[in-house]
Amino acid sequence: MAMTDPGPAGRFGEFGGRFVPETLVPACIELEHAFADAWADQGFRDELNRLQRDYTGRPNPLTDCPRFSEEFGFTMVMKREDLNHTGSHKINNVLGQALLAKRMGKTRLVAETGAGQHGVATATAAALLGMSCMVYMGEVDMKRQELNVFRMKLLGAEVVPALSGSRTLKDAVNEAMRDWVATVEDSHYCLGSVMGPHPYPFMVRELHRVIGTEAREQCLERHGRHPDVVTACVGGGSNAAGIFSGFVDTDAELVGIEPAGGAAVGDGVPGVVHGMLSYLKQDEFGQVLEAESISAGLDYPGVGPEHSHLAAIGRARYEQVTDAEVIEAFQVLPRTEGIIPALECAHALAWMIRAKDELAGKLVLMNLSGRGDKDVTQMMGILEL
Amino acid sequence: MSGAVAPGRIETALRAKRDTGQKCLVPYITGGLGDDWLQSLAAVIDGGADACEIGIPFSDPVMDGPVIQQANDIALEAGVTPHSIAADLRDFESPIPLATMTYYNIAYRMGHERFANMLNEAGISGSILPDIQMDESHDWISTANDNGIENVLFAAPTSPDERLARTGELARGFVYAVGLLGITGERSELAASAVEIARRAKEHTDLPVLVGVGIGSPEQAVEACAVADGVIIGSTVVRRLVEGPGSTAERAESVRELIAEYRTALDNAFPPD
Repeated sequence: MAMTDPGPAGRFGEFGGRFVPETLVPACIELEHAFADAWADQGFRDELNRLQRDYTGRPNPLTDCPRFSEEFGFTMVMKREDLNHTGSHKINNVLGQALLAKRMGKTRLVAETGAGQHGVATATAAALLGMSCMVYMGEVDMKRQELNVFRMKLLGAEVVPALSGSRTLKDAVNEAMRDWVATVEDSHYCLGSVMGPHPYPFMVRELHRVIGTEAREQCLERHGRHPDVVTACVGGGSNAAGIFSGFVDTDAELVGIEPAGGAAVGDGVPGVVHGMLSYLKQDEFGQVLEAESISAGLDYPGVGPEHSHLAAIGRARYEQVTDAEVIEAFQVLPRTEGIIPALECAHALAWMIRAKDELAGKLVLMNLSGRGDKDVTQMMGILEL
Repeated sequence: MSGAVAPGRIETALRAKRDTGQKCLVPYITGGLGDDWLQSLAAVIDGGADACEIGIPFSDPVMDGPVIQQANDIALEAGVTPHSIAADLRDFESPIPLATMTYYNIAYRMGHERFANMLNEAGISGSILPDIQMDESHDWISTANDNGIENVLFAAPTSPDERLARTGELARGFVYAVGLLGITGERSELAASAVEIARRAKEHTDLPVLVGVGIGSPEQAVEACAVADGVIIGSTVVRRLVEGPGSTAERAESVRELIAEYRTALDNAFPPD
């Protein structure tokens, strides 16, 4: 059965595992046990649910998209993670991890961020729970996402530029791991996606499961059935894992959309980096390649190990879209539905638009994982309106 | 997993040193850093090293600090590959045993068997892979043992006794005791954790226990060796290769002097019995 507990070895089929320096192994084991304990504790669940309701604003709605649907010839509905406090799905994971970290006696959160959404969410949770917060962000991404850098600072986080390699998300993860190796006793690494060493891919998916659970109920209530297709963008793959988890046991086709410049499932081969064995874009010698995407949140050469497994067993398929298609698709949703999507989500929109013939007449659920406000400055430099 | 594995060149050399009452000195240099990087290796040997770690550059070295990262990047940009480093070493007659230090994806991508063969053909005795801890190492350790490659394992300040015991059983060559919580790089003072982890590791193994990460001066090396069987010095060496003056020959001479300083300090503090 897909998308269940990967067991103590943290393996999803052949993928996953715990490929970390010895220094971090005890911390990963401690985290694995602490999460299992908290997740089985109704008091912990109640506290998280209370925050999700009163702070994040869950449940967020399922929105029908009549004008988009009419234009492209299939019925498209969106799960509105963009309406969460902080503007994306990232807060689901972060609130859970921050509560857990506090329960474990940690006083400091360390995070990496690409587009800045996970960094903002982590800074927010740190402020809410009175913890200190340090966010590593690629220098290139800090320029692309100035607004989120400012938001993180406003929320009291320290933002540190990652200056090595491609100076994007991959390098921010390296810096966060280096920090954690040095501070593991008092710090929790609040990893932002379904990646990294066990238990992160499992834990982060469970914390995002709420997306799929809500969407499934809402879809049944509204449309009286499960969707034919469930789609979401995939960088590390957390928002896709969250929504897929609600439908993996149905007949719905699961489609993850990767950026053409960072398609780990599409173009990668199995490799080990950032604590996990998963599909990875790398050269013939095993050097990790730099991803290149218009979207800072998807600019990552790897992918969460569960996605590699879902691809390998054929339960999900992964398609690629180009930056040019994304720029086009980014403009469609504002025009047809009055909603500005994050550039990440514009990947899923771009695929649906391209695949409209295949999707004709179907009920398609897309996870609108984030809002596009953060991307407006960047797009102003690209679009002439 | 193989049972009895005969001691390899690294373990034999380090034990021999220990048996005299002296301490082991194992420097790290980045493979392929500069066209004539073998001059650096020769300098390390001339300076009095007992064994040497050769870094194979990797794109994402998460256990390494800025100095070794920079050396990695320079070498990678120059087109260095695991094969080019191995090829360079094939014709180098090293009087001391060598180990590669790289990240697991290099070995995984090549395949365990091919990686072990590459090391053997290049005359490299050992392998150090900091990002594959022993619970994920079973396949690699069997392949290494079967091919006579000494796979070094790490003892960290955070490791509980149960893991230190298994490290002691599974490691070959020596046990790499991580001197502090953190990545490679010099520190102004030796962390208290360095001596403590060496002491704890030695309770669980008869293999030589060497402290690495955070050793930044001969004085600190001597301090760590109050308990440890030796030290590994990396960033302090590579800094001279990256930032040192002028020609390769001058940098190599500067490295030789550095190694000799450590050698002298250790030998003065721990003379042969």
